[in-house]
Amino acid sequence: MGEQAAFIILSIITLASAVVVVNSNNVVRAALALVPTFLGVTGLYIMLQAEFVAGIQVLIYAGAITVLILFVIMLTEGGTGLRIRQRNEQAPLGLLTAAALAAILISVLTRTEWPKSTATLPQYTASAIGNTFLTNSVLAFEVSSLVLLISLMGAIIIARREK
Amino acid sequence: MEVNWPIEIARAVGLAVTVFTFLAVVAAMLGVLLERKIGGWIQSRLGPKHVGRQGLLQTVADTIKLLQKEHITPQAADAVIFNSAPLIVAVAGLLDWIVIPFGVVHIGGTAIPLVVRDLNIGVLFFAAMASLTVVGILAGGFASNNKYSLLGGLRSASQMISYELPLATALIAVAMQAGTLSTVGIVKAQDGWFGSFAFSQFPAFVIFLIAATAEVNRVPFDLPEAESELVAGYFSEYTGMRFALFQLGEYAEMFAMAALATTLFLGGWKGPVLPGLVWFLIKMYAVVFFLMWTRWTFPRLRLDQLLNLSWKVLLPAGLIWILLTGFAITFLAK
Amino acid sequence: MPVGLTHYLVVSVLLFCLGLYAMLTRRNAVAILMGIELMLNAANINLVAFNKFVAPAALSGQVFALVVITLAACEAGVGLALVMAAYRNLETIHVDEINVMKW
Repeated sequence: MGEQAAFIILSIITLASAVVVVNSNNVVRAALALVPTFLGVTGLYIMLQAEFVAGIQVLIYAGAITVLILFVIMLTEGGTGLRIRQRNEQAPLGLLTAAALAAILISVLTRTEWPKSTATLPQYTASAIGNTFLTNSVLAFEVSSLVLLISLMGAIIIARREK
Repeated sequence: MEVNWPIEIARAVGLAVTVFTFLAVVAAMLGVLLERKIGGWIQSRLGPKHVGRQGLLQTVADTIKLLQKEHITPQAADAVIFNSAPLIVAVAGLLDWIVIPFGVVHIGGTAIPLVVRDLNIGVLFFAAMASLTVVGILAGGFASNNKYSLLGGLRSASQMISYELPLATALIAVAMQAGTLSTVGIVKAQDGWFGSFAFSQFPAFVIFLIAATAEVNRVPFDLPEAESELVAGYFSEYTGMRFALFQLGEYAEMFAMAALATTLFLGGWKGPVLPGLVWFLIKMYAVVFFLMWTRWTFPRLRLDQLLNLSWKVLLPAGLIWILLTGFAITFLAK
Repeated sequence: MPVGLTHYLVVSVLLFCLGLYAMLTRRNAVAILMGIELMLNAANINLVAFNKFVAPAALSGQVFALVVITLAACEAGVGLALVMAAYRNLETIHVDEINVMKW
């Protein structure tokens, strides 16, 4: 019973904050509403016993990507709070598309019989993930570190002020 | 796994109240008083002396003064964000006390560590909570609708995210040697006076202390709240209880960094004769004294010197130290 | 009834469609990037939920989720750098005003 209460509370926090992110006319408020969304998703990861992914999610998403988005909002004109139209002219069509996709996906996903397994996750996922990264998924590890390096250099070069 | 929910919630609330009361007394009251007294002695003057015996009740007087100040919200400021920014900073500063082990009690033969929750990912959780503070600072700086607050907020945020990386490299090096991310496990992996990680991981200790000073915006890294330049930086427009909440968040985080330094590097609660909690407090206050000593000794760094120090000196040093630790663990531990 | 796989999948679908709506209808380039972040988070919830309920021993769901978080951080960095460069040259961040090359 407690697990369902936790799931419902976390889902409501996540989805309500996501609605604020999507709908708010004030871009700064939308960016700040990303923080409860990411923290709600962290709670869902902890319920799924993925504690290392949860820690990384808070550290990177709520701690770094939100700060990056806030920086760019404050350094461009988005944060002036003027009454600017925030939605383009295809808003009703976009709403219809998103709602239709949600309906189709939910009806498909609730009707499928997923092959459930009764095995359990390892107790200390941090070291298990580390081992997996260096044995089975070493290519993914190396390629993602290369992509990080290239995007680091690319972001610096693109955003640098031309002298 | 069956969990008894009402008991777990009661335990969490009770422990939270205990830890936060401990912090309110130890960090806020004694910490502020210590800062002023130590600053006074270093500068060859006496600190506060009048309130209470030898000025011990000074913080009580300060708190009463702050609580009865008028609560002002600037007119063109965004009220929701303005009023919730100090909450984010205070809560993030208080949440990372969950993984700090205060000591160990032996009840019936088993040793129970005194932590609120011994998480598997303790050190990672600490770094994550320390990085949540930046969002509160940016929000507070922006919502004040004041150019100087915004500048202070942006400078503070860029300083704090630059110094998170060397902090994380120091934490990774210690976790590599201890073999676990849990704080209780790291304390148990250090034994004896010379087994503590302050000796075997001395570069990581130095990097951690410098990065921790920058993370809590203390001198020599306090350009964001430079008292002589930006009025008070990102909290210029805050009065009364909200100002007190910002200060509480910063002091709680400074004490949390000191507590983490004793856990990771100085051996936590281990010591010969006295109980574990007393040793923990002695070591934590020693690190706090060191932080306050550096405050009154060094001049303030300029912003570009500060960022140079982080990206060009501390981060390469941290990465090289991780490499050397990896080599040592692989080849010398055979 | 205990919390099963379908509950997490439904939450993930709702979050994904909210992100899709933000990406399709907002004018501010940073708001579009926020919608993309919501979609990536929804995909991550999916991966981790499947990892726990369908294939726990392999841990590949969590490994993949970590790779997705890394790549999302890279893409947010480069995307926001592009937004700043565009703002510096074109003085606007509303994507329907960047139509200099349209006939």
